[in-house]
Amino acid sequence: MAKYLLLKHYRGAPKGVNDVPMEQWTPDEVTAHLKYMQDFAKRLEATGEFVDGQALAPEGTFVRYDGEGRPPITDGPFAETKDLIAGWMTIDVDSYQRAVELAGELSAAPGAGGKPIHEWLELRPFLAEPPTVTE
Amino acid sequence: MTTAPDAAQLRALIPAVLGVLVRRGADFTAAEDAVQEALLQALQRWPDEPPRDAKGWLVTAAWRKFLDANRSESARRAREHAVSSQPPAPEITGADDSLWLYFLCAHPSLTPASAVALTLRAVGGLTTKQIASAYLVPEATMAQRISRAKRTVAGARLDRPGDVGTVLRVLYLVFNEGYSGDVDLAAEAIQLTRRLAGVVDHPEVAGLLALMLLHHARRPARTGPSGELIPLAEQDRTRWDTAAIADGIGILQTALARHRPGEFQAQAAIAALHADAPTAAETDWPQIVQWYDELATLTDNPVVLLNRAVAVGEADGPRAGLAELAHLDPALPRYQAVQAHLTERTGDHAGAAELYTKAAGRADNRAERDHLTRQAARLNTAVRSAGAQPLTPGSGPS
Repeated sequence: MAKYLLLKHYRGAPKGVNDVPMEQWTPDEVTAHLKYMQDFAKRLEATGEFVDGQALAPEGTFVRYDGEGRPPITDGPFAETKDLIAGWMTIDVDSYQRAVELAGELSAAPGAGGKPIHEWLELRPFLAEPPTVTE
Repeated sequence: MTTAPDAAQLRALIPAVLGVLVRRGADFTAAEDAVQEALLQALQRWPDEPPRDAKGWLVTAAWRKFLDANRSESARRAREHAVSSQPPAPEITGADDSLWLYFLCAHPSLTPASAVALTLRAVGGLTTKQIASAYLVPEATMAQRISRAKRTVAGARLDRPGDVGTVLRVLYLVFNEGYSGDVDLAAEAIQLTRRLAGVVDHPEVAGLLALMLLHHARRPARTGPSGELIPLAEQDRTRWDTAAIADGIGILQTALARHRPGEFQAQAAIAALHADAPTAAETDWPQIVQWYDELATLTDNPVVLLNRAVAVGEADGPRAGLAELAHLDPALPRYQAVQAHLTERTGDHAGAAELYTKAAGRADNRAERDHLTRQAARLNTAVRSAGAQPLTPGSGPS
């Protein structure tokens, strides 16, 4: 019973095996890819392991406090930012091994030529609640 | 004069009634529906006609509801066949029925998460929504987890109770990994364990119940106003629940007197020794070390040895504790946290600060990480302000 975040990167992860930009795929390949992702989420709901999944717009803004009484400063997006998150899925699973297994399946989503994209997904454990018994 | 049971008593009857229906061959979901309908009927009727035997009344009503529901379904014949092909359940006592349900919900074919969810649903009578919110997952996910669990155990035959240890492990998980949602899972676990202790006579059930009560008693003192962890040694002991402590110690003493040692009894004994100490300084650490020795013979969980090192550090001094630690695998969870604590007590504040920082980076929960970060910050601040001499390599205590 542990929650993990599966992070999908636009940029910043090592290159996948079948690394062709999506706009170079055929429309059917795009459809097949999206369907795979949806089916994956549905399947996890059915196994009782799905928590959340979201996609993010690629362009974001950097914001920071600029002192008392002043509006926050905004900046960016920065083209040179190394890491860019495309989206995530949160899963609630029995073990780290199960989380790795599921990340592997998600990374097998089909891409160009209908072949798995083998993209690198980042797996991050959530910090949990503290246990009651510690001594 | 007979009076109708109140809502809590009614809820406590659910597992036994459900147990009878499932044993008679009703599938889990249909049995639950039938029991719910019977409960509604009871709430309507009982104020005017209190039953003589509440459970018997509910079983009869629920079974009738189940048969009615079956009759009205198109797949009647198949279902009736399924029901009639089951050997009739022997007439059994109430104790057996709910015990049977505990075993079914903790069946070894279930994953721990499924067993926990099914136990809370079927034995605890919580709603799927409550369980989902307690474990911070969507209701649809939890509903699926529970229905899969029901399907998994649908074919399970339990002719006799299995290993009570499987049930205890599930209840321990509910207690120890409880999240802080709307449902108080720790209190729920205590209630379930207490009910289990009422239907099965086993010292480890009592041991687990005592363990839960003794730890739960400290809950008000365990966190500060903003949720920060307060270590045992710094807790305000006047905030401990003395009634729960007395209850836990009483239950534990009865269990220990039977001389059938077990892991939960040993853990409860350690908790009892902490609970017994009016101040942290008066803790009987040598006896705690002995209980860890006992515990180490009962389980090969290496965390026991880590906690033992803490106790040795208190009983025989931090260097003795560090010497124990040196035999253990540094990859153990909380290893660096223990090392940091013992190192601080040797007077090496800079070294301890570094270890606390490392421990914070490895913590698997936020409260512990924040606590360890604060410890590192406290020591770093002290080290900075301690000396006119700047901190350069080699300037620490030798």
